Amino acid sequence: MSDAGENGRRGVMRWYRSRGLALCALALAGLFCLGPVLWQAVTSIKTDEDLVRLPPIVPERVTAAHYERVLFQSPLVQSLMNSALVAASATAVAIVVGGLCAFALARLPIAGKPVILGLVLATSMFPPIAVISPLYLLMRSLGLRDTLIAVGLTHAVYALPLAIWILTSFFRQLPGELYYAARVDGCTPLRALLSVFLPLARPGLAVAGLLVFIFSWNEFMFALTLTASDATRTAPVAVALFPGLYEIPWGDIAAASLVVTLPVAGLAALFQRHIVAGLTAGSVKG
Amino acid sequence: MTERPSIGASHSTSGIRLSERTWGYLLASPAFLLVGLVAVAPIAAALWLSLHRRLPVFGVEEFVGLWNYVQLWSDDRFWAACRTTLYFTALSVAAELLLGFGLALLLDGLTSGTGGSPRWAQGMIVVPWAIPTVVSAQIWAWLFQPDFGLLNYLLHQVRLITRPIDWLANPDWAIHAAIVMDVWKTAPFAALLLLAGLKTVPRDLYAAARVDGAGAWQQFRHITLPLLMPVVVIVLIFRTMDAVRVFDAVYVLTGGGPGNSTETLSIYAYKTLFQTLQFGYGSTLATAMFLIVAALSSLYLLLLRRHLQETT
Repeated sequence: MSDAGENGRRGVMRWYRSRGLALCALALAGLFCLGPVLWQAVTSIKTDEDLVRLPPIVPERVTAAHYERVLFQSPLVQSLMNSALVAASATAVAIVVGGLCAFALARLPIAGKPVILGLVLATSMFPPIAVISPLYLLMRSLGLRDTLIAVGLTHAVYALPLAIWILTSFFRQLPGELYYAARVDGCTPLRALLSVFLPLARPGLAVAGLLVFIFSWNEFMFALTLTASDATRTAPVAVALFPGLYEIPWGDIAAASLVVTLPVAGLAALFQRHIVAGLTAGSVKG
Repeated sequence: MTERPSIGASHSTSGIRLSERTWGYLLASPAFLLVGLVAVAPIAAALWLSLHRRLPVFGVEEFVGLWNYVQLWSDDRFWAACRTTLYFTALSVAAELLLGFGLALLLDGLTSGTGGSPRWAQGMIVVPWAIPTVVSAQIWAWLFQPDFGLLNYLLHQVRLITRPIDWLANPDWAIHAAIVMDVWKTAPFAALLLLAGLKTVPRDLYAAARVDGAGAWQQFRHITLPLLMPVVVIVLIFRTMDAVRVFDAVYVLTGGGPGNSTETLSIYAYKTLFQTLQFGYGSTLATAMFLIVAALSSLYLLLLRRHLQETT
């Protein structure tokens, strides 16, 4: 009996002997996850002399010079606005188009649903490199090369599978009776979607929108290929192609990195529960 | 966005009764159109391009049939890129899964054991996942910097190294540096999915196992692991697909160098397409990659289906 009690106590602390050990492990995990980002933050406020000096790890003097340079003397602000525009419109298109499709898949009697959902999943596994050259030629022939429309549209389409997947699972969770009731009352399926389902599926829309926005904000290969000037570059492209005249401007890069990361890291940390729900929708069935 | 008006039109003429099925196709059609135009058609076009020799700089454009594929077979750089991609994928996915499992168990243990809310801890592990890949490559490029990088300094302080290592300029180290960066960026993703899976494991199973005298390892081995297997498979699939396609992380960190030591398939194809502007051969590389990914994903889906059939 005492043996069972011993096991019981061990079971509660399954993976470590004591709370102290767990906190140590957690601190290590935190250092692993946040350490590199914190170091980038420290780097961004170091003076140029301190950048090429180690120790000290924590600088004695701090400067805002790097932030001033990237915010006022570089095209980064333009890139941030481009990214915001691209990500917002990609999100809007993916949610509207994906929402309509997800509703059809969840509630309407169309043929071959498993096949369609399988294809949706397959598109999300496409290597982007396989489509990049024809896409580039297509955008060029449409006169859209080096425009934000080309980047936004591409992002919307490549985020569609994600949006469809998440929204389908959200629409399926809503009771079917609601739909039939709306139909009996004379609503068209579109009306039923807009006035009955959409208000109820708002959390799902928020999750899908958030993930599409983060995807688009972070995407690099399409944005790099389809843009060619400071006027259209998105933020990740600007950070990757950071100009260094003689030597790599590590302080400026660190400042730019943090500025570019802040919007998405903030969104992610703020809505992390929704993000987890979205990432696991359809992949982890309870 | 030419397909939007069609919905509006049919809505305004709702006097005409459309069947449920017609509505279904109507609502789904914009998505199909967009995916067809921007994803499926380009795949077909890439296949077509891959049968051509196309060097716009020299005004060359001719149909060469399967010649590019013959060339591919004897292209040492292609096989080297295959090996690099495989090595990168195997090592990073394995490390991510292990580390992700560790993180997930740690966070799950905190909730069930001590009653503390892990919300802030979960927020903490979301950060690397949410950071743009390009930014994380720059962060690590600075950490790996040979003279003023933090990594060399710390390793020197604990006397693991006596002189600085130029991680990114050494062909043997560079690929591992890229793997470390990728693991840092994506292990949290694995952890998030596994943590969600852990939360679905009924707690009374553990209680019952304890009554039967099962220790911590036995509980993990016979309860946690089998019940989590579907999630593990999902994580494996997602992460393998991402690792095989890896581009941004390595492209920004090393540019495929030094030499071609970190050149993955995506980077080789990208350079062929947009640096040497060989659209024909570049498309052949891209198509080969598409086929590899398609084969891998069908293999995985098969595996997943069999597994799900067994467990349900």
